[in-house]
Amino acid sequence: MALAALAAVAVLSIGFGARFLSPAEVWSGLWDPTAQSYRIVHEMRLPRTLLGLMVGMALGLAGAIMQALTRNPLADPGLLGINAGAAAGVASAAVFFGVGTFYGYVWFALGGAAAVTALVYAVGGGRSATPARLALAGAALNATLYSYVSAILLSDSQAIEKVKFWTAGSLASADFATVQRLLPFFAGGLLAGLLVARPLNALSLGDDAARALGARPSVIRGAVIVAVTLLCGGATAACGPIVFIGLLIPHMVRPFTGPDLRWLLPYTAILAPVLLLGADVLGRVLGSPGELQVGTVTAVLGGPLFLYLVRAAK
Amino acid sequence: MTTSGASRKETTSGANREETTSGASREMTTTTTKARTIKSRVGVRPRAVVVGVGAAIATLLISVFSLGTGDFEIAPADVVTTLFGEGNPAHEFIITELRLPRLITAILVGAALAASGAVFQSLVRNPLGSPDMLGVTNGASTAALTVVILGGTSTQLSVAAVLGGLAATLLIQLIAGRALHGFRFILVGIGMAAILTGISGYLLTRGVQMENARALLWLTGSLDGRDWGQAVPMAIVLVLVLPVLLLACGPGLRILEMGDDSASALGVPVPLLRNGALLSAALLVSFAAASAGPVNFVALIAPHLAKRLTRAPGPNLVPSIAVGALLLTGADFLAQHLLEDQSLPVGVVTGLVGGGYLVWLLTTERRAGRI
Repeated sequence: MALAALAAVAVLSIGFGARFLSPAEVWSGLWDPTAQSYRIVHEMRLPRTLLGLMVGMALGLAGAIMQALTRNPLADPGLLGINAGAAAGVASAAVFFGVGTFYGYVWFALGGAAAVTALVYAVGGGRSATPARLALAGAALNATLYSYVSAILLSDSQAIEKVKFWTAGSLASADFATVQRLLPFFAGGLLAGLLVARPLNALSLGDDAARALGARPSVIRGAVIVAVTLLCGGATAACGPIVFIGLLIPHMVRPFTGPDLRWLLPYTAILAPVLLLGADVLGRVLGSPGELQVGTVTAVLGGPLFLYLVRAAK
Repeated sequence: MTTSGASRKETTSGANREETTSGASREMTTTTTKARTIKSRVGVRPRAVVVGVGAAIATLLISVFSLGTGDFEIAPADVVTTLFGEGNPAHEFIITELRLPRLITAILVGAALAASGAVFQSLVRNPLGSPDMLGVTNGASTAALTVVILGGTSTQLSVAAVLGGLAATLLIQLIAGRALHGFRFILVGIGMAAILTGISGYLLTRGVQMENARALLWLTGSLDGRDWGQAVPMAIVLVLVLPVLLLACGPGLRILEMGDDSASALGVPVPLLRNGALLSAALLVSFAAASAGPVNFVALIAPHLAKRLTRAPGPNLVPSIAVGALLLTGADFLAQHLLEDQSLPVGVVTGLVGGGYLVWLLTTERRAGRI
């Protein structure tokens, strides 16, 4: 089911655009170099779809393992400021060092994400942290980082133009080169994320029980932070900060899979890109002839869902 | 007010001395202590008075200094005589027409932000629960941004900011539901802030370059080129709202921090007090955003600093207000003179200072388990 939904959204994402392609045309465009739609699919739509897939998976997975690590249902890389940390890194790279390529600023993004992950974890990750406490710490960090980003952007009006699409979160600049460069970071993060599923299950029983089961809490935490940093930093460097994906999908998946991360994580990884690509398609349809940035669509769609979750949780 | 604090201290120490000399005066000591507890229940504490007056004096000093510095330097003594209407015409023009409106706006906006921050933090019972974290400021900035992108005038912008802030507060209140626990209000507020940030991001991508620069400047919070048009509405709102907050809400808010049940048992009309305080705080912060843009962190930090200095429970409204005015005036002075060749928007200074303070706050408060 989940895979079918993913396939359907991917076809839609390839199909929609300035010129609509029917699913049959998408299929022939994918495989048949002589078909009329081959160039459209391969040069414009496919990279965008692939990028959406990767970023969606990355954000969903990062959210799920952050929630497991902090034992906190409201942990989301966007709300906790991790994406904003990466954004601050990229903005500094663009303004202070004149970096303009993905490879140049992915390191700054990773650095920013790593710093904020560690900070948020140190502040809110303790056993006594309530959801509200963690969320507030994240919101405050978010505010700091965004005021920093706008401060340095103000000093350079050229940079405003360069970064403005990026700060809203967008897949529009996707090409194959970006996809290829994101791939190693994404693959590393994905692997680390899926590998920690079992030990994180043990950790959810508490540190002592986990130790008794043969897990090493500090190693696991370190691995999780590395995974989250790779996933969020890479995703943010590629298409800007996008909120709510990592928060919502694990919540929607959990009723079906239960809390076992070995089931939860794969399903999250499949369904999160469904939401992201769906939001992207919706943005292209609603915003035509231009488009709405996917970050805006996920915020506007995901926000009410978040509010509903808060209301429903008595 | 300082003298009253000092004289009380004198009576206490006097009583102590008498206690050591004769046993008969022991009775007198207990009456003094009793008098002190009653007095402190009314809310006047010597430390609070000292902090409030100290911050006010510091604000005045910075003001005089800041009125005197700029492209045309004026000595502090001349500034004071000009303010009393006895300076020469050149000085009078520079000060009352050019520099005073900006300074007054800074003081008023700082006071308003701090007061609303204190009320919000007290209402949601969380030291990080200030209006800029909970989506109220975001409401104001999203509405104002819409006006900027549509090419509206600055009056329209101010009106939109006020309406936006109030609308966001109302919406958060409605969604959070009647049982306004700090917890749920916070989460709904954060969700609202995230949605509005998304919308602002979209609006920014719609604008052309010129408007974007203006929009971004506004979003950072700036006091550049403020005239009496910004200072006067802010002053009117403060004059109307502050007495309500200080006299009607202040004591009640302090009792409310003990919990809704205890407060209603003590005779506090909880729903009325909550809604009244929330509305007043939202009004203050919306008007502040309309006059100076959504200046970050003053609402968050001023009540903290005040509380740390006074060591008193409750919202600490008066010391917070004084500290807020001091913070924003100081930040604006730094913003104007930190760099030789250009002036920064004040939001940059408060953002950077606030960020540093925040990290420190998060680590210490976390250790103490208060956040």
